[in-house]
Amino acid sequence: MVSTKDLKAAQALAPWLLLIFLAIPVLVGLAGVLLPSIGYSSAADQQALSLQAWQSLFSTPGLFHSVLLSVIPGLLSALIAFIIVFSFLATTSGGRTLNWIRRMTAPLLAFPHVAAAFGIAFLLTPSGFLFRLVSPLVSGWERPPDLLIINDPWALTMTLALIMKEVPFLLLMALAALPAIQADQRLAVARSLGYQRSTAWLWTVAPALYPALRLPIFAVIAYASTSVEVALILGPSLPAPLSVRTLSWFNDPDLSLRNLASAGALLQVAITAATIGLWILGERMISRVLAYYQQSGQRDFGARPLALLGRTGFIVTFSMLTLALVILIIQAFAGRWRFPDSFPDSLTLGHWRAQLPLLWDSLATTVTIAVTTVLIAFVLIVLTLEQQVSSARVHIGTGTHGNALTRVNHHHIISRLLYLPLLTPQIAFLFGYTVWLEKMQIPPGLLTVVLAHLVFVIPYMYLSLADAYRGLDKRWPMLAASLRITPARFFLRIKLPMLIAALLSSLAIGFAVSNGLYLPTLLAGGGRVNTITTEAMTMAAGGSRSTIAVWALIQAALPVLGFATALLLPRLIWKNRRGMKGFMQ
Amino acid sequence: MNHQRCTQAAIATVVAKATLAAIVTIATIAAIIFWATMPRVFADENATWQNTVSRAQGQSVYFHAWGGEQRNNAYLAWVAEQVEAEFDIVLNHVKIRDTATSVSRVLAEKEAGNTENGAVDLLWINGENFASMKTNNLLYGPWAEQLPNFRLVNADANPEMRHDFSVPVEGYESPWLRAHLVFYYDSDYLEVPPRNMQELLRWARANPGEFTYPKPPDFLGSTFLKQALAELSTQPEALQQPVTETDFDAVTAPLWAFLDQLHPHLLRRGRTFPANGPEMRRLLADGETLLAFSFNPNDPVNRVQRGELPDSIRSYTMRTGTLANVSFVAIPFNATNPEAAMVVANFLLSPQAQLRAQDPEHLGSTSVLDPKMLTARQRQAFAAMTQSHPAALPEGERGNVLSEPHPDWMPALETAWMRRYGVN
Amino acid sequence: MTMQSLQLKQLTLYLQQKCLLKLDTQIAPGEILTVMGPSGSGKSSLLAAIAGFLTPEFKLEGQVHLGNRRIDQLPPEQRGAGLLFQDPLLFPHLSIAQNLVFAMPASTRDKQEKVSAALMQLGLAGYEQRDPETLSGGQKTRVALQRLLFSQPQAVLLDEPFSSLDTDLRQEIRKLVFDALTKAGLPAVLVTHDQADADAADGRIINLQDS
Repeated sequence: MVSTKDLKAAQALAPWLLLIFLAIPVLVGLAGVLLPSIGYSSAADQQALSLQAWQSLFSTPGLFHSVLLSVIPGLLSALIAFIIVFSFLATTSGGRTLNWIRRMTAPLLAFPHVAAAFGIAFLLTPSGFLFRLVSPLVSGWERPPDLLIINDPWALTMTLALIMKEVPFLLLMALAALPAIQADQRLAVARSLGYQRSTAWLWTVAPALYPALRLPIFAVIAYASTSVEVALILGPSLPAPLSVRTLSWFNDPDLSLRNLASAGALLQVAITAATIGLWILGERMISRVLAYYQQSGQRDFGARPLALLGRTGFIVTFSMLTLALVILIIQAFAGRWRFPDSFPDSLTLGHWRAQLPLLWDSLATTVTIAVTTVLIAFVLIVLTLEQQVSSARVHIGTGTHGNALTRVNHHHIISRLLYLPLLTPQIAFLFGYTVWLEKMQIPPGLLTVVLAHLVFVIPYMYLSLADAYRGLDKRWPMLAASLRITPARFFLRIKLPMLIAALLSSLAIGFAVSNGLYLPTLLAGGGRVNTITTEAMTMAAGGSRSTIAVWALIQAALPVLGFATALLLPRLIWKNRRGMKGFMQ
Repeated sequence: MNHQRCTQAAIATVVAKATLAAIVTIATIAAIIFWATMPRVFADENATWQNTVSRAQGQSVYFHAWGGEQRNNAYLAWVAEQVEAEFDIVLNHVKIRDTATSVSRVLAEKEAGNTENGAVDLLWINGENFASMKTNNLLYGPWAEQLPNFRLVNADANPEMRHDFSVPVEGYESPWLRAHLVFYYDSDYLEVPPRNMQELLRWARANPGEFTYPKPPDFLGSTFLKQALAELSTQPEALQQPVTETDFDAVTAPLWAFLDQLHPHLLRRGRTFPANGPEMRRLLADGETLLAFSFNPNDPVNRVQRGELPDSIRSYTMRTGTLANVSFVAIPFNATNPEAAMVVANFLLSPQAQLRAQDPEHLGSTSVLDPKMLTARQRQAFAAMTQSHPAALPEGERGNVLSEPHPDWMPALETAWMRRYGVN
Repeated sequence: MTMQSLQLKQLTLYLQQKCLLKLDTQIAPGEILTVMGPSGSGKSSLLAAIAGFLTPEFKLEGQVHLGNRRIDQLPPEQRGAGLLFQDPLLFPHLSIAQNLVFAMPASTRDKQEKVSAALMQLGLAGYEQRDPETLSGGQKTRVALQRLLFSQPQAVLLDEPFSSLDTDLRQEIRKLVFDALTKAGLPAVLVTHDQADADAADGRIINLQDS
């Protein structure tokens, strides 16, 4: 049995461990690309300040194009996803559809990027599902038309795929923030002043909601402008986006290209920062324009375009994602399936039978990594949050300010640092991290992968767990203490059971994030660690469509299983406790 | 007299006996010496190998090999089972997308001073990457010719087993599989396929958007460049020399002229290229193109049998000749377990492993073993694996072999291609 | 159980250097001290101060004694001050019986029997395994009060405990609670803005001014 003293020591230690796990790989990684980019690298035997790497970077043919291919998906996908989410919320707020949508959104969010990208590729390619549906009867095509849709030179298909994934993410973030800003009351007041629903929402709810969505939007921009896996599947190749080219420089047998890759990685950071800067600039301009219209008194301002954008954007997004899933399922069971046929001649389990024997190892690896990462993150985060709770109140009646404030301090540091790994391009710090592991002669393996995964898993789990803690009525701990119940007993008997739904869903989120990580697994694992996601990407390089579909489905099934468990288990446990309904999402 | 005769006879008997004894003794000693020394020459080799095998026990091998091919992965999974059961070796197939990544990893380890705990134990390698690892002293060895099964490839009669893209192997890598370039097409839509590069260009002009090739530096894409260059170049002998000793621009001018004309008639007008061979094959399977090629002559049959390509697929080779080479496995200088890696390499050369590799049910590749070195029964087993399938290469279509250019050419061609076509 | 009084000695409560309230009084066993005042006057913070839940922006001077124990330096769960809120706050994941047993000190004997007997008295016989959410508002408050008593507090702090109840029910529950407190001989502090509560408590009334 753990004594209260041990528990207190662990509690005091946890926030600092959390900070270390969160920040060290990022900082070490960034330093590890900064130094080589200015000539300090052991690989090329250089130890003097030199801007050669930067010079060769800027003389790389097609660099400007590659940079644009980072900016376009980053800015465009975030902007369109944001517009869709806001117009959709404006037109449906206060309605009953919203609750239903919330339920649909979580599983769609669990659909991993890699699987979604494959599904969209199968859907939109000229020999793909959509073209088959209209051929040859409508289109007259007996053979696939020669159209450049996938890998288009301006990354529009890739942007489309990113939008499909970002809409559910931003929508979920918005839905989580709405109650805190008392959206319903605001809306009611504005409507009673004669404003139409969507106009009322735009003028009264949106301004309060937007700040809560800012950081998630920045995270979306950072991901979209640097994603490697989606770009490899759907992005252009002549030239490829900067992130893909940087990765190939890093992996080149010519090690002197690593300095070039380092410079590329830093340029990536600058591009992401500049793209976010562009967003902020646009944000200011638009808010000025809107402020003017807000004062115009027009009761139905923007109502029609909002309704149109919201509905169509939403329907397109969700039907595309659903179709992507459907096509993956059909493809995974398809027998012979030649072009104009809308459906396969026959269905077969052959693809599954061929893949299953190869599946177990990577499945075991995936689960081992995800479970280890999630449990470490969970324990550290819960201890940290407990520490915050206990330092937020003064133990001793006459407790002084100073003491309490230093204790709370790490909370501020953590909540700011949380976004560091989400806003820093993965590619930028993962290179440095890998080089550092090589230099320390730490063999790549499960441990190094878990450390890399923690960087990405902690932020999402922390945000969701902190929400759960915040959602707990502050009077419960008071009541319990007044009933002479010790904090440890309160935690185990009251808090854990009451928050079980929220805790499980944060575990599921962590599991889904870990499952979906491609680049961190690949680089930190030195290629040795094969998870379902890295296997799916390797399969993409060589497998048939059906093989890819099987792997993509398995990749998608894992997080869905996690979320389903997190959703159903608490309902099963507390099925005879109506009062627990309020604690379920 | 009697006595004398008797004495004489006795002396003769003694001499005879002594002689006999001496002969027997000498023979025995000789036999002992022979027995003790002569077989030791064989036993010595055996003992060293036994030593290797016993040291390999319990070791694990990280085998970096391209993981994009389903059947290949399954084959290596089978190899892993075999070496585990037979030699107590844990074989981990590290499925890589690109061999260059592993080479860069070994190089990085060398820079970091990691000389004995490398992440890579065994590496599937070829041509350019082998040449670069050999020049940079990144290889362990020489070891390959000491493998007991190496004699089965009969390297004296098959010089290609000692040359990787014209670079002497010198025991730094062990042969694994044979490959040569075959083209295949959909006979439902294409009756007479182009049999040389000029025909290909004419056909592409008449049928735009029906052909494409993987984007160099993908291995197969670069192979297409070499095949075209070998056929189009006015100075084919220059290709056997290092690039620096030739006039690159002059030698390659016909190639670029050809590609400049070909690209506008490729799929998507040459504005995007498939990332690799399997993607090119998927395009043919989906009916987007009509013609593709592979470095594994059995690949078209395998794919048709698995339903990944239509039944109407037929194979052929270019009239002017076809590129051929051998795939090898190498051990990096800092491999953690080189002994176990050697045991695995030797197993890959065993008739048992090679037979399975040639079996269309499994890998469907071509064995590197020389039938002359096999027993009659083994020869029969291999002969039984020959395929007669509509999609298989017809008898006598093997064509004449174009030897691989010096490995220098590959990166040079790739760089030049990237400069010309890499950025739209 | 020995009867103990609750003593607030020179108690001064500050919110960010601003003095919220000053109190120096003693509450005898069985006495109910009513504290009234507008919202923001610090009346709830007074309860938090006694129970040990002040947040760092508050500062407390003076001492709190329960009998001859000084409690203002103890962690909340060792102070022995039981709280009753506006909402009954029955643990939603525990049954009625589990809620009650959970509050009993570990040394209590015959826990189940005591629960059954108490439920019988409250007119809730046979409700042991019920989901708290299936009870009416009045029933829940009764269970919450019983749970408080089972935890054997030495003082009770009431934070507007009746304001969520209907007017007719309010009177009945009020009587039930006050009778129980008097019977147990517990000193109590009642925070309310309902004059009827103060009248029913029938004790001293302190009016806090809007500061």
